[in-house]
Parts: sequence; structure tokens; C-alpha cells
Amino acid sequence: MEVALGHYLTVAAILFTLGIFGIFLNRKNVIVILMSIELMLLAVNINLVAFSTHLGDLTGQVFAMFVLTVAAAEAAIGLAILVVYFRNRGTIAVEAVNMMKG
Amino acid sequence: MPTVHAVPDLAPALPEVILAVVAMALLMLGVFRGDGSTRTVSWLAVAAMAVAGFFVITGPSDGVVTFSGMFVVDRFAVFMKVLVLIGSALALVMSFGYLRDEGMERFEFPVLLVLATLGMLMMVSANDLMALYLGLELQSLALYVVAAFKRESLRSTEAGLKYFVLGALSSGMLLYGCSLIYGITGATDFAALSAALSGGGEVPIGLVIGLVFLVSGLAFKVSAVPFHMWTPDVYEGAPTPVTAFFAVAPKIAAVALFLRVMMSPFGGLVSQWQQIIVVVSIASMVLGAFAAIRQDNIKRLMAYSSIGHVGYALVGLAAGTAEGMRGTILYMTIYLVMNVGTFAVILNMKRAGAMVEGIHDLAGLARSRPLMALAMGIFMFSLAGIPPLAGFFAKLYVFLAAVNAELYALAVIGVLASVVGAFYYLRIIRIMYFDAPSEVFDAPVASEMRVILAAAAVFTLFFFAYPAPFLAGAEAAALALVR
Repeated sequence: MEVALGHYLTVAAILFTLGIFGIFLNRKNVIVILMSIELMLLAVNINLVAFSTHLGDLTGQVFAMFVLTVAAAEAAIGLAILVVYFRNRGTIAVEAVNMMKG
Repeated sequence: MPTVHAVPDLAPALPEVILAVVAMALLMLGVFRGDGSTRTVSWLAVAAMAVAGFFVITGPSDGVVTFSGMFVVDRFAVFMKVLVLIGSALALVMSFGYLRDEGMERFEFPVLLVLATLGMLMMVSANDLMALYLGLELQSLALYVVAAFKRESLRSTEAGLKYFVLGALSSGMLLYGCSLIYGITGATDFAALSAALSGGGEVPIGLVIGLVFLVSGLAFKVSAVPFHMWTPDVYEGAPTPVTAFFAVAPKIAAVALFLRVMMSPFGGLVSQWQQIIVVVSIASMVLGAFAAIRQDNIKRLMAYSSIGHVGYALVGLAAGTAEGMRGTILYMTIYLVMNVGTFAVILNMKRAGAMVEGIHDLAGLARSRPLMALAMGIFMFSLAGIPPLAGFFAKLYVFLAAVNAELYALAVIGVLASVVGAFYYLRIIRIMYFDAPSEVFDAPVASEMRVILAAAAVFTLFFFAYPAPFLAGAEAAALALVR
């Protein structure tokens, strides 16, 4: 069986959905949320690269490079905020993030 | 295909270049001089914003593109950039007293604000999905950090954490939408997208899904219902000057980006997105009006108020016409002034050196601080949309545009929502003027605060006498968008 564009898009869609569910269903740990965010961005990258190859156009791969770079910066900032939060709260359980009710 | 230059034409992006260079220079200055240099760094940052504003106004404004078509400067970009720069600079000036009193005078604060402002200017000028994403992220990453800037406060760090998680989620959705749009059309450039989509005929389903993801991501950034859940918590938890900043500059930039994305590349698909915007707008107006009634924390109340106001601003976008765009642009102008003024009052709610945030702390302000109560009263009447104050005209123009675009239901629900919303604004006035006084707020009010308060109050009060230049500016900006 040949791996076609549709297969890549399906994988990306599954990963993206997993990422979203990881953010909303996870009750344990904020680190898992950071991993879920990473999963979503990587799903987008699969999409971009698959489309780029399919269309024979380099723009998508350039876009993927930018997304990778920003994802790295985002992870760094997320971890930094998590560290200051942990110093104040003493835990990073998701249930504990409830000082303000929104 | 635009020609690729070895070095792109930097002249149209001069304000952004200035802010980027200044941000790095100020970071160096701060690192070498230590936290004692915070005041210097802050004033230099304000000066840099003023210089950038000067070059925005004197620079090109006739739809010049550079960076291979990724960056556009037109009348719309110029108008919105000026608003963003005014909002950022005023928020920074208003933060001085608070940072000093709370022992938060760290030089990173002005540097982060300059970087966030740079991201906002890039958003406003984005002419490509990549430029859009990079501008948005530069702004967001700086904002996550300033939300958590009071790092020994649990509330502030929790606000930063919530903002980060939900902001990253929204960026992910926006990006997924971008990737689908790129895949279906083969272009990320707004001009190419617009050309590819204006042909009419059947719209591919993948494109509609991509558009929905993109709209969801943008709705998150402007905090429109149903993507508003982060707003009250972040507004309440973040340090007050940061809340003041969040309420004006990023909101204006995000609305500007929203308008540009909807009108420039997807202007041909109005029939596809109009319904979505109408629903989002109605939901925001109604939730903003009803949810704010129960709030006792003034920052939380302003969060719901801003959700409602985004709903009103989106009424103009829903109309999808030049008149509607003019209404939205004018709405954001007046919204900027009203919010800066309101937060100037909130930043002075201080007793025995500590900030207070309860609505009932304003009780009897009319007797202890008559001028401040008068200014707050003007802003509240204006936010409620009571004529002849500026807020009334803001609402009038968007609702007129909706009626002329035959969106009668939207206009009627909007007017009803603003009547409900008037209840909680008037409640604040009642508390200030008729309740028994609580303790007096600390004196004196800093001179920069007095100037900002007076200027905002005068603008709000006398807008009706001289609206022509603002209307003309908004009109020209709107026409640049609807081509």
C-alpha cells in the first residue's frame, strides 16, 4: 500500500486531537499539558510538511521550521512559569490550579 | 511571485526595526546597570514607542509591501499601530507607581512590554500566515511572562500559567487552521490567498474547517465567547498595571488582526464566516452583560466588560462592509480611551500602601475624591453607552452598520445587551455617589496619573463635539481594508 497524503493528514489529525484531549482530560500534572501542547504543534508540522511535499512547494517546510523554533521558545517559557508557580504553590497538580474560579 | 531581494526594503518596517533594536539595547543597559536603572529603562521604552509612533505616522501608508509580500503598511495598519502604541505607552507610564510600591521595579518589565508591542505591530502589518503567526507568538510569549511578573504572588503566577496553557492551545488551533488553508490553496500569502479564493464556485470543505480553526484561534486572542474562559482569571490574577495593558493594547492588535484576516484573504468568503461571527458576537455581548452583574472584584468586572465590548466590536466585522469596519475601528479607538481612564482610577485604589480591588472599596469616593469619582463616573456612563459620551457613538456606528447590512437580530440583541450591561456600570456609580463612605484612598495621586485621567475624561466627555478627525481616520483605514 502506498502512503498517500491522506494517511499523513489522518496521523496529524489523530495527534492533534490527542493533544487537545491531553489538555482538557488530564487531571494529574501540568507537565503533561506542556507535552500535549508540543504534540499539537508537531501534528501541525506533519500537516505542513505533508502538504509541502504534495504541492511541491517549499513554503510549508519553511513554515514548519518557524513553528519548531517558536515551539522551543514556548516550551522554555512554559517551564519557567511552571517553576515560579511551583515555588509558590508547592505542587503542580492540575486540580491545585484553583486560586481563582473561572 | 514578488521578486526576492538580497536585503528586503526595511523602510516600511522602520518602526518595528526601531522597537526591536531598542528592546535589545535596553536589555543590555538593564543587565549592566542592574535594577537601579529600571526608571531610566522605562522612560527610554516610552520614548522608543513615541519615536516608533512618529515614524508610523510619517512613514508610507499607501499599501506598500516588503519582505517578499509578507509585511504590508496601509492606512489601516497605520491607524491601528498608532492605537497600539498609545495603549502600550500609557500602560507603561501608569505602571511606574505600582511597580515602585510593590517592590517589582525590575528592568525586564519595560523590555518585555516593548517586545510585546513589537509583536503587536507585526500582527497589525501581517500579510502572510507565517508573519501572522510570528507576530502573534512574539506578542503572546512576552505577555505570558508579564502576567506572571509578580513572581512571589500565587495569584499572579497562576494567572500566568493559565494564560500560557490556554494561549498555547489557541495558537495550536490557529496553526492547524493555517496548515489546512495552506494545504488546500497552496499559498500562505494574503494576496495570493485572496486571489485563489475570490473565484467563486464550490468552497472545499477542508478550507472551511481550516477557516473555523483560524477563527477559533483568533477568537481566543480577542477573548470572545466561547473562548473567553481565560480572561477573568488572568485579569484578576495579573498585577494591575499588566491587567490595564492586557485590556487595551493586545486587544486592539488582536481585533486588528481579526479584521485583516477576515477581510483581506477571506473577504471573498463573507457568506461562509458571517454566521460564525454573528453567533460569537451575540454570545460575547450577552455573556459580558450578564456574567459581570455578579462580580465584586473590579478587575474581574472589567474582564467581563471587555468580553462584552469585544462582542460589540465584532458586530461591525459581522456586517462585513466598509461601514462595519469603520465602526469596529472607531469602537477600538474609544474603547482604548475609556479603558485607560478606568484603569488609571483602579490603579489608585490603594489603602495604607496596599491595593484594594473590591467594588465596595469605591464607596463614598464622591465625597473623599470628588474629581476622581467624577472621572470614573464619566467612564462608567461611557462604557454603558449613554449619550452624549464617546461610548454611545462607538456603539451607534457598529449598530448602524449592522442595520444597513440587514443584520437586524444582531443589532436588536446588541442594544438589549447594552441595556443589561448598563446595570453594573450604574451600580458602580451608585456605590461611589450614594453609599456610606469607606476609608479614604491614599494620597497623593501621581502627576502622570492625573494627566492621563484628565485627558481620557475630556476625550470621553467631548468626543461628540469634534468626532470628525476620528471618523475620517477610521473611514480611510476601513477603505484600505475593503478593496
